[in-house]
Amino acid sequence: MSEVSIEYPFSAAAVRNLSVGDRIRLSGLVFTGRDRFHKYLFDGGKSPVHLKDGAIYHCGPVVIRKDGEWKVLAAGPTTSSREDLYTPKIIEEHKIRVIIGKGGMGKATLEACSHHGCVYLQAVGGAAAHIAQRVERVQGVHLIKEFGAADAVWELIIHDMEAVVTMDAHGNSLHKRIRNSSKRSLRVVIAGD
Amino acid sequence: MRKAHWEKNLFELIRKTSTDLPADVEAAIRRALLKEKKNSRAAWVLTTILENAAIARKNDTPICQDTGVLQFHFGVPVGFDTNALVAMTRSAVSRATRYGYVRQNTLDSVSGASYETNIAHGSPVFHFQQKARKTVDVRLVMKGGGSENVGRQFSLPDAEIGASRDLEGVRKCILQAVWEAQGNGCAPGILGVCIGGDRTTGYTHSKEQFLRKIGEKSPVKLLAKLEERIIKDCRKLDIGPMGLGGRATLLDAKIDALSRHPACYFVTVSFMCWAFRRRGVLLGPEGGIKRWLY
Ligand code: SF4
Repeated sequence: MSEVSIEYPFSAAAVRNLSVGDRIRLSGLVFTGRDRFHKYLFDGGKSPVHLKDGAIYHCGPVVIRKDGEWKVLAAGPTTSSREDLYTPKIIEEHKIRVIIGKGGMGKATLEACSHHGCVYLQAVGGAAAHIAQRVERVQGVHLIKEFGAADAVWELIIHDMEAVVTMDAHGNSLHKRIRNSSKRSLRVVIAGD
Repeated sequence: MRKAHWEKNLFELIRKTSTDLPADVEAAIRRALLKEKKNSRAAWVLTTILENAAIARKNDTPICQDTGVLQFHFGVPVGFDTNALVAMTRSAVSRATRYGYVRQNTLDSVSGASYETNIAHGSPVFHFQQKARKTVDVRLVMKGGGSENVGRQFSLPDAEIGASRDLEGVRKCILQAVWEAQGNGCAPGILGVCIGGDRTTGYTHSKEQFLRKIGEKSPVKLLAKLEERIIKDCRKLDIGPMGLGGRATLLDAKIDALSRHPACYFVTVSFMCWAFRRRGVLLGPEGGIKRWLY
């Protein structure tokens, strides 16, 4: 398994170089976005940030205000499949290149990744304190009044966030592969030894 | 009743639950790591999880950003004022939210508005039991949305998965639920299963299984055997930590049964993620800490 460092802004060529199974260290600007933001963009809402060549992180962080600055206390990934409905359109219209989340996404998103040049990275679910340590600072926050703190769009400057490519821009999905192989194992296990 | 004293210790229970992974859970994750191949994705996930637990404890920050729904289980003496206890617990929860130990995690289901302090209709969740003793037993489970979403209730017989009304049918239901969940409940997790009951009590009782310690077997022999079987079966599914492959799909399985109506046979499966935030404390009549339960 190779380890690759990538940094914002992410080019289509750079993400097309990645394959399922690659370990990633990601640095630079990342936008958080989850249910409310995805639905908002899908319904034609104007993005408060420039998403092109960017990364959307499915995450609702715990953030506090300390000495006049935002401080991220916990920032692990949330389940990505909830954004499946909205994501193909958002990839196409906003040219995002990287999605970070947990649990993987479905067929339409996988196809949009191939078509437009985007990858899906799985971070360790629940590793919120670990990932928060890799957040160097909060550059800004948007739509916090409208959506609440967890659903707001946080601009995070990150250093060396660890993740693994589980859906690449060539139509491969580790989630699909494991779902299928574990289905076969399930049949064997149910039949008994 | 010394309100300040109670509130302080209820707050401490919430803080500890959110930031300090219980020893039995951490030990189970360590054991799981030993069984995975070096340099595998599974080992990477489990190592990160253990590092995460250490960082959260040291920095006094939440283990996971999804601080979940707070479920309080109280055991109170006869004649105890539970209304006052609810009020004090609510105020401890809102303080814990302001301090960042609990995320603003409660939405109005109609308007979508976020509640600033997590105090709302149905939040937090309270369960009461009366106990014949002087102390108040408070147990808190913080259960995240990811693991909650993969919970499943089967009504047997279930033709689709070929499950009849017997323990073999129950086994099929549980394995099916684990397969469907894949890594989405942040595996490796813990299963709470209730056989029987009705639609409501099935879920409640399945979640009450999370109050049992890891490794604590069912006192019912047949169920203890089924628990072991499920743990063994799940190792072979190769779903693994976060569903990225590996042996550790489950850390433990807890199964119990309630009586049932002759026409109904429910199997209810609740999932708990590896971030198994469960703490308990015995409080004296004045709200002072007698001892920690886990
Ligand atoms: S399932 Fe558990 S560990 Fe995973 S994100 Fe939710 S609360 Fe955190």
